Amino acid sequence: MRFLTMQFLKRSSSSSAPGAGQAPVVIRRHGAFTRLWHWVNAACLVVLLMSGLQIFNAHPALYWGKDSSFDAPALSIRAVSGGDGELRGITRVGGHRFDTTGVLGVSGPAEARERRAFPAWATLPGPRWLAAGRQWHFLAGWIFAPLLIAYLLYLVLSGQLRRRLLPRRHEWRTLGHVVTEHLRLRFPRGEEARHYNLLQKLAYLLVLFVVMPLVVLTGLTMSPTMDAAWPWLLDVFGGRQSARTIHFLCALALVGFFLIHIVLVLVSGVVNNLRSMITGRYVLPTEKEAQDD
Amino acid sequence: MTSPTDPARRRFLARAALAGSALLLTGCDRLSRSDTMRQLSDATGSLTQRAQRLLASREALAREYSPADIAPTFRANGTTNPRDEAYRRLAANGFRDWRLAIGGLVDTPQTFSLDDLKAMPSRTQITRHDCVEGWSCIGQWTGVVLGDLLERVGVRDEARFVVFHCADRYRGGDPYYESLDMREAYHPQTLLAYGLNGADLPIANGAPLRLRAERQLGYKMAKYVMRVELVEGFAHLGRGRGGYWEDRGYQWWAGI
Repeated sequence: MRFLTMQFLKRSSSSSAPGAGQAPVVIRRHGAFTRLWHWVNAACLVVLLMSGLQIFNAHPALYWGKDSSFDAPALSIRAVSGGDGELRGITRVGGHRFDTTGVLGVSGPAEARERRAFPAWATLPGPRWLAAGRQWHFLAGWIFAPLLIAYLLYLVLSGQLRRRLLPRRHEWRTLGHVVTEHLRLRFPRGEEARHYNLLQKLAYLLVLFVVMPLVVLTGLTMSPTMDAAWPWLLDVFGGRQSARTIHFLCALALVGFFLIHIVLVLVSGVVNNLRSMITGRYVLPTEKEAQDD
Repeated sequence: MTSPTDPARRRFLARAALAGSALLLTGCDRLSRSDTMRQLSDATGSLTQRAQRLLASREALAREYSPADIAPTFRANGTTNPRDEAYRRLAANGFRDWRLAIGGLVDTPQTFSLDDLKAMPSRTQITRHDCVEGWSCIGQWTGVVLGDLLERVGVRDEARFVVFHCADRYRGGDPYYESLDMREAYHPQTLLAYGLNGADLPIANGAPLRLRAERQLGYKMAKYVMRVELVEGFAHLGRGRGGYWEDRGYQWWAGI
């Protein structure tokens, strides 16, 4: 319970929001381990994503099943020569075909168009270089996966999972309200801001306990040695190529989470949010005026 | 005041963004080339090897599939038709004059013809080939269990690796070679295969003989094997990192 211990701090009038008429309430929102995990994890995910796209570029197609049905990929990103001799980037998803020249399939400056699935700015390293991409990926993976296990254990054993993340029964009735408030970019204030709201809880639970473990397990399923050690991986994910596709979808989901996360951090009081993830201290937004300080 | 659509301003912003990202990317690329990165990569490689060896027992088998799972054509990768003159002559004659030489740290160096190998007890397995690029292909392999061959020649105690010397030079460069340690070499599914999908191994897939190490990625599975050498270390071979692709930045541990 110590985690959410409140500290009522009087702040100087110059820094308190004008017209508040009350002292701002500062709480300790994030413990040291949570903050450390958050930033190390963020760096790892950026490296994992960009080096993962480099690895994907070595064979820019996804399949479903045990092996690769080369004639019928679920997704493919290719460069094809158009009738005018111009290179076009063609992305196929299911039965649909999209011209993605400039970003997917064919990219780079006009005078040096390059055939590559994901563009140089999205991959680590920039040039086509599978060996280095793998080196970065496994290096970051060895930090990401053990830290994830440690953090999930910490959440469970410290009771924070139950206290901070698991929705309470009465909260489910607020779902509609919380969704419409979020869509209007209006966020909880005052006492309500002391706890995560239902959407936050669900998003964090989904990312922490579903998407992130899934991305690790599907990554391991792509390892032939792991498939010998834990053959159930192949059964759970429906084969190595399915696992590779799920791995990619998880990465996509994490990118989606990242984008929404950034937008919400920006619009719901960026300084306050950033401070709470650096020093741990979070000022409860007061009931009526502007949220940022 | 300039509007956001002002072309000069837009060009400037585009250039600034390009220069900024170029700087960042060059930094990452330089880091990728550095000795630090290579040391880190070696460390992660051996960490992965140790962790996976802890989880996968000596005998843990790669999954074997049913005949219905066999891919219509087994994808050929890397070299698909070696240009080496000596190899060409052997191929023209149906590999009747080809001999596999096993030497190095063994009690009795020996050579084997294709018929000698085929006369030995064989193993047939339907397994999944996983390429480092990301694709997989299922095929049926028939060959001699490498462990049986090693028993025949008698491996000396100092030997720590089995090196496979090949007839192909990928893209006309250095000769292809690969190495396994003894644990992987003696795995029951590790074969020197001469058959694919019930027929003789095609040239595109490594005729007359290729390695199958089913718990490793495809780059380990040397094709066009001409000579097997037992060694204590591989520092004297190629660029000293244990294989053609290892010499080019890929990790020696190819289990992931």
